[in-house]
Amino acid sequence: MTGSPLIEVEDLRIDLNHGSGQVPAVEGVSFRIDRGETFGLVGESGCGKSITALALIGLLRPPLSIGGGVIRFEGREIQRLPAARQRALRGNRIAMIFQEPMTALNPVSPVGRQIAEMFVLHQGKSWREADQLAVEALASVRVPAPQRRVKDYPHQLSGGMRQRVMIAIALACGPDLLIADEPTTALDVTVQAEIIELMRNLCAERGTAILMISHDLGLVANVCRRVAVMYAGRIVEERGSADIFRAPSHPYTQGLVDSLPRLGSRAALGRTRLQEIAGVVPAITAFPDGCRFNPRCPKATDICRTTAPETTWLEAGGLVRCHHHA
Amino acid sequence: MLSFLIRRLLQTVPTVLAVVMLVFVLFSVVPGSIISTMSDDSDPQVEARMKKQLGLDEPVYMRFGAYVAKLATGDFGTSFRTREPVTTMIAKRMGPTLQLIFASMAFAVVVGVPLGFVAALRPGGIVDSAAMVVAVSGLSMAKFWLGLLLMYLFALKLGWLPSFGYGDGGLKYLILPAVTLGVSPMALLARTTRAAVLEIMTADFVRTARSKGMSETRVVKWHVMRNALVLILTTMGLQFGALMGQAVVVEKLFSWPGIGSLLVDSVLQRDIPAVQGSILVVVLFFLAINLLIDVLYGVIDPRIRYA
Amino acid sequence: MKLRANLVIGGSLFALAIVVGLLAPWLAHTDPVMDANLMNAEEPPSWTWWFGTDGQGRDIYSRVLYGARVSLTVGIVSQLINSVIGVALGLSAGYFGGWWDDVVNGLTNLMLAIPSLIFALAIMAVLGPGLTSLLIALGLTNWSFTCRLARASALSLRSQGYVQAATVLGYGDVRIMITQLLPNMLGPIVVIGTLGMGSAVLSEAALSFLGLGVRPPFPSWGSMLSEARDQITTAPWLSVFPGLAIFLTVLGLNLLGDGLRDILDPQSRSRRT
Repeated sequence: MTGSPLIEVEDLRIDLNHGSGQVPAVEGVSFRIDRGETFGLVGESGCGKSITALALIGLLRPPLSIGGGVIRFEGREIQRLPAARQRALRGNRIAMIFQEPMTALNPVSPVGRQIAEMFVLHQGKSWREADQLAVEALASVRVPAPQRRVKDYPHQLSGGMRQRVMIAIALACGPDLLIADEPTTALDVTVQAEIIELMRNLCAERGTAILMISHDLGLVANVCRRVAVMYAGRIVEERGSADIFRAPSHPYTQGLVDSLPRLGSRAALGRTRLQEIAGVVPAITAFPDGCRFNPRCPKATDICRTTAPETTWLEAGGLVRCHHHA
Repeated sequence: MLSFLIRRLLQTVPTVLAVVMLVFVLFSVVPGSIISTMSDDSDPQVEARMKKQLGLDEPVYMRFGAYVAKLATGDFGTSFRTREPVTTMIAKRMGPTLQLIFASMAFAVVVGVPLGFVAALRPGGIVDSAAMVVAVSGLSMAKFWLGLLLMYLFALKLGWLPSFGYGDGGLKYLILPAVTLGVSPMALLARTTRAAVLEIMTADFVRTARSKGMSETRVVKWHVMRNALVLILTTMGLQFGALMGQAVVVEKLFSWPGIGSLLVDSVLQRDIPAVQGSILVVVLFFLAINLLIDVLYGVIDPRIRYA
Repeated sequence: MKLRANLVIGGSLFALAIVVGLLAPWLAHTDPVMDANLMNAEEPPSWTWWFGTDGQGRDIYSRVLYGARVSLTVGIVSQLINSVIGVALGLSAGYFGGWWDDVVNGLTNLMLAIPSLIFALAIMAVLGPGLTSLLIALGLTNWSFTCRLARASALSLRSQGYVQAATVLGYGDVRIMITQLLPNMLGPIVVIGTLGMGSAVLSEAALSFLGLGVRPPFPSWGSMLSEARDQITTAPWLSVFPGLAIFLTVLGLNLLGDGLRDILDPQSRSRRT
């Protein structure tokens, strides 16, 4: 990889603090995203992907906190920056879109105002100028009649429109990194594609890197150049999107790929749900010893139950954490 | 907006009618109440004459009809005691009562809401614990006792404020009664505000606001306050009712010449038309306040306006 | 932690008030009404007169003890009346629905439109002062919250399996309401009742203060404060103890109510605290 990355995460640990002590919810997570790159983080709910994203933008709230590791943005350690400098990055250079466009917008504030805030906060504009820029921002996310729409309240917009507003907010200041946490999960299937397309195009135009978080490996592989798969607080495999589909290396990734519906096979089987991975994600407080996937893994042997696998660098590029990787 | 207002106004009509009926029934139909309490003289002739004079020999429904008809023209009848029209008596007392009610609500809001905010922003902290102790105590205290203590301290011991009366209507006469009356709505507002803010701070849109790079102060100012206001308003609306009730006691304690003391004096002296009038005015005022608050909801929370 | 503290402090204060009320004849130093002696008028608190004496030379300590009887009787009995009315109306309205529900709803709205102290005052005006009037006036004017609550839970419980099973078994309506519905809403109703007792104690004090409660020579905390007002310049201690007694009793009931709510009505905890 070339040059200094836009953002670099090294050995990140996130602790869940509870009454008597703390348990790591995320451990040993490392990855880097280059300028303008698209990177995906995939896993079932509870695997730690969303809190990893929140850690990146500095929004972890108690009982969660960063327990160790380093996050560098353009080579500077974010956590070491004073609070005001961190806030200047947040929204301005690193922006985030959330899953629920219904609740992620303030119900009692016009959407235009919620966009305009960005210009007031980060560019020192007056409210009057900011309101004008908000109209342009709404137009850029292809909301029809933006002049009128800025005065609307969130409840007057459809789910898709609200998510466009969220994108307009996130991209308002031309950030270098956009974190999108399940940006389309709550939307209708037909709208999903539009929103993904819009997000991808806008970011490509502006050279904004994307960190996309989803449980949907297919969607992420479609949007992102590289994908990391997380399981129970750890990254188990990180590869180029095409490779991960063609030849998944970790048994968990294999399971995810197998559970994706594909053209032809669905019709042949006459059902939409394909093979699912047996068992459930372990709770944070009850991660198994050894490889955390071992209770659900078809390939598990004795060593998997006692020793956590080290990171293996694959010849074809990428890495995997498995004693029996393909 | 206008249709909302009209609809809401129409909804209060049955309530007003019911209250009118209740007030009428309470004092006119309950057997023997008025005449026997008006005079100790039980001479049947006198009684009959008085009944006729007061129109009490008519059938009940006729009397009720006549009563409503008179009310509709703003005529609350004539005071048994002073022979003055009740409407005039009430009009004279309205100003001081409104002054007192709004001053105490203002005190409650100005102290209670910020207290609730501060408590919520550091839950479990010193301010929070202290505020909640104040809130529970404020709710458990008899208003007139608090008033007595304040009167003793600030009027008699320190001599900073007059101990009672309306005086020239100046602010210094208003302070003690208003604070006395305002303490329990203040306590309730502090509790509600705290709960509302705590709940709102966990909302998704607050996380969005933080992700924009806002300081906590801005998050609260731009996004939490307005949302909390809806819940705060609900409490205020309900508290106006309690305030009207408590005003009776506080006005009496501080010899404040408002509707409340008119009501008590009239009750003590069995001046039925004045009692009926005062109660009706209090209820009408309370309904009007609630109407106003519903309209304010619409202004603050756009989801309600169009619903 | 906090839950325990509420219950323990609240419960102890309330229990103390009850004990004081019950044992007043043994704890009191003098008769609260008869032992007036102008020789002892307006004595400040001392070893002889713990809480001082009033303008007629009566021992305030003894009068405060006896005052607990009025306050607690009115608080407990009137709230019981309120609870019974509220449950009966709300439960039947939620269970039967239809026109009866509309009637009860109308009544509840009417009650909410009139400040309850004003309503009680009006009833006192008709009935005249006295303990019975107090019980009626306060017992008829504070049931709307109980009623709303009972109605809401009856509505939600009505459609549940076991209630429908009871219907199929041929249980009568009244039996279903009492044996199936009532036990399931008792927790919140007890909570509201406890808090309601506190406000009934305050209302009794207010009405007695206004001269509409218990007739004067017999001690009530409210009427004692009413007399204290006129002597506040010469005998300020008269204003302290009856008010303190009200405060501690109501504080006890409020804390007890909050504590009970944490145990009996866990859902509402996050919303209201």
